[in-house]
Parts: sequence; structure tokens; C-alpha cells
Amino acid sequence: MAVELDVELVSPEEVTYSGSAEMVIVRTVEEGDIAFQAGHVPFLGVLAPWSVDVLRPGGERDTFAVHRGFVEVSHNKVTILSDVSESADEIDTARAETARQQAADALAVDAEDAEAAAALERAELRLRVAAA
Amino acid sequence: MPGGKERELRRRIGSIQSTKKITRAMELIAATRVVKAMQRANAARPYARLITSVIEDLAAGGAEVDHPLLRQAPEVRNVGFIIITGDRGLAGAYNTSVIRTAERQVMAHMSEGKGYSLCCVGRKSASYFRFRNYRIDNAMSGFSDNPSYDDARRIAETVSESFLSEAVDQVELIYTEFVSMGTQRVVVRRFLPLVDTEMMAREGSGTGREGSFEFEPSPEAVLEALLPRYTEARLYGALLDAAASEHASRQRAMKAATDNAEELITKLSRAMNQARQDAITTEIMEIVGGAEALGGGDATDADVALASMLAGTDASVMATAGAHPA
Repeated sequence: MAVELDVELVSPEEVTYSGSAEMVIVRTVEEGDIAFQAGHVPFLGVLAPWSVDVLRPGGERDTFAVHRGFVEVSHNKVTILSDVSESADEIDTARAETARQQAADALAVDAEDAEAAAALERAELRLRVAAA
Repeated sequence: MPGGKERELRRRIGSIQSTKKITRAMELIAATRVVKAMQRANAARPYARLITSVIEDLAAGGAEVDHPLLRQAPEVRNVGFIIITGDRGLAGAYNTSVIRTAERQVMAHMSEGKGYSLCCVGRKSASYFRFRNYRIDNAMSGFSDNPSYDDARRIAETVSESFLSEAVDQVELIYTEFVSMGTQRVVVRRFLPLVDTEMMAREGSGTGREGSFEFEPSPEAVLEALLPRYTEARLYGALLDAAASEHASRQRAMKAATDNAEELITKLSRAMNQARQDAITTEIMEIVGGAEALGGGDATDADVALASMLAGTDASVMATAGAHPA
């Protein structure tokens, strides 16, 4: 494909990632995955805690765990605003595994524990992104 | 008592010298920190800009503006203040000018019969207002020279909560804006209610973006998720500006202190040298006088006595003795 997308991952503290891509796949709060390619209509969405996949022109794939945020697409530019995002290399698998265990244990005791449920979701997302 | 004054001055010079070492060190530390703080403020800018541009797009996309954070109270009864100062002093007028502005604002609102609610960020503002018996609803400290986004989120959440529960109808943000290394100024900004999105769009770049955005789930839902982030980003920006200003002020104050110490040391050294010279002169006068009285007019004996005395003293005494007719 001749036209590429500019991708930027921006946290409040800094621009964490910027590069070009053929396709960007995200998941919005409506529980649906959505993929963007060049020429996509302007789009604005709220992201679910899920992974963001950036397919590079060379066929490489960068995966990030984005715990909350927004995606804006306009003029072949994909901007992901998120205060909590991590790339696959940044994730400490051992720590995520421990966190998953703890959260699962807490949920076993109290199934209504919303905090533990959220922690479990985060830990599972981290592990999934790290494995990808 | 000869030598007493000199010793006193030497002690003072010593203590000023060690003070100077401390102020010099603080100056250098502040200088490196101000650069870091400025970098952080710059790194945070893209997010703030983008979040504003998203709001502009929402306004262009015709999002219905109805969010509790936009609530304009028909009558403002209680005003909240977020006062951002440093945790530590020794930063010139940095803390006092923020506190003075804040107190004036509180007074002004009180004279109009409104209540106030203080949220003190930084130890200095909290201790000032506590000492003067103001009621402080929230005090947070420990991060003024290196604020993180989590700190901003905590403050924004607390303040938004009291706004949403209608404990306050309006929130003012008082902090020091970092204009440049040489200029920082205290500003009072409306924090809540947020001006509506149309206003934000107008305040922003106002570029004619195309309005045909697709929204998921809906413009209103996006706006709802976005506005809290927007308040956090604004507060984070203010904290970073304040941190950079604090370091810049401290650097300037410590530079002035170091310069003063240097000047004082020069002055005291001169006074000390003079005192030493005086003491020596007095001592020689006493010796000569004593020798003359002992010798009873025998010139040869007096000369011998003086020579033996001089052999025991240092070279500077010789210089004085030379200038002094024996």
C-alpha cells in the first residue's frame, strides 16, 4: 500500500510511541474490534481496556496494552490518548502473573470485588500482550 | 584583649563560608532540576493539545453538551480554591506570592458573602492557612518538585467530587505560570465548571476541521469519558508549570544568597585583617614601652630586648616593627 498511517501513542507525560503503519487494530467500549487503514473516515472512540496492534509496513507488529483511553483518526493519522499504556517489552510477566493470582484469589473470596475484577482484567491483558 | 575581635571575625567568616557552600549547592541542584521540569512540561504538551483538539472535533460533530462538570450554578454560594505552592521554602517570593494572591481571592469572595473551600497543594500553603485558622478541606503534599500524573489525577478527582456533590459551585486554580526562565507569574484560572465545548473550540486553534466524524459509542459518551481526563490534564499542566517555576525561583534566590555571602566574606576579611594589624601594633607598642621602662635609658639593652622579642614573632610583625621607630 502506498499510503501509510501515522500512528502516535500519547500519554499525559510524553509521546510514548510514534511511527507509521499499514493498519491499526483497537477495541472500543462497544466490545468490537475496529481496524483502521489509510483513508479511513474521521473517527473518534473510547477504548476498552484491551490491546492495540500496530501493523508496520515491513510486516512487523507492535502490540501495546492500553488500559483506558481514546482513539482519534483523521487525515491518515491515528492518535491514541491514554494515561496507562505499555508496550510488550515493558511488561513484567512475573509481576503480572503474581497480580493475576492475587486478583483471582481475592475474587474467589468475594466475587463482587470490583477492584479485584479490574485488577484481574489488567493482569490478563498484560500477560496476553506480553505473550503476543 | 588583643586577638579577641580577630577570632570572632574568623569564626563568622567560617560560618558564612559554609552557608555559601550550601546555597551554592542548592543553586546548582535547582538549575539542573529546572531544565528537567521544563522538559517534562514540554513532553506533556502534546497530550493536552490533542485532548483539546478532540473536544474541538466533538463540538464540530455536534455533541450535546450536558455534563455535570459543565454545570453552571445559577447562584455561586461556595467557591473552591486549589492553591499550588511548593513543599519547601528558600525559593524567594515563590510561595508567598501564590499565598498572598490566594488569600486576597478568598477574602474577596468572602466579602461577597460566599463560602470557601481550600485545597492546599504543597506543604507551604497548608501550613500558612492552617496557622491562620482557615478551614482546609484537602491538603496534599510531597510531590511539588516532581509531580506525577497520578498526583494530578488524585487532586482532580477530589475536587471534581466536591463540585459534583454541589459542595462547591465554582473552583478556582491558583498557581505560578512558567513563562520563561526569567519570568514566572501567579495566575488565577477558572477550573470548574468547564466552559462549554463550543467555547473550548473557539478558544482553541479554531481551524476548520471537517465535521463528519464517526463516534463510538456516541458523541455524548465520548465527551463523558473525556471531560474528567481533560480536567486531569489541565491540573497536571498546572503542577508541572508550578514545579518549573519553583525550581527557577529557588535557583534565583540561591544565586542571590551565594552572591551576598561572597560580598560579606570580602567585607569581613578586610575587617579581620585590620583587627589583626591593630592587635599587632598594640602588642609591639606594649613591648617597646615595657623594654624602655626596664632598660632605664640604656639604649643598648633596649635594642637587645626588642631584637630577642622580634625573633619570636612572625614576619608581618617585622614589617610593622620596621615602620615603627624603636
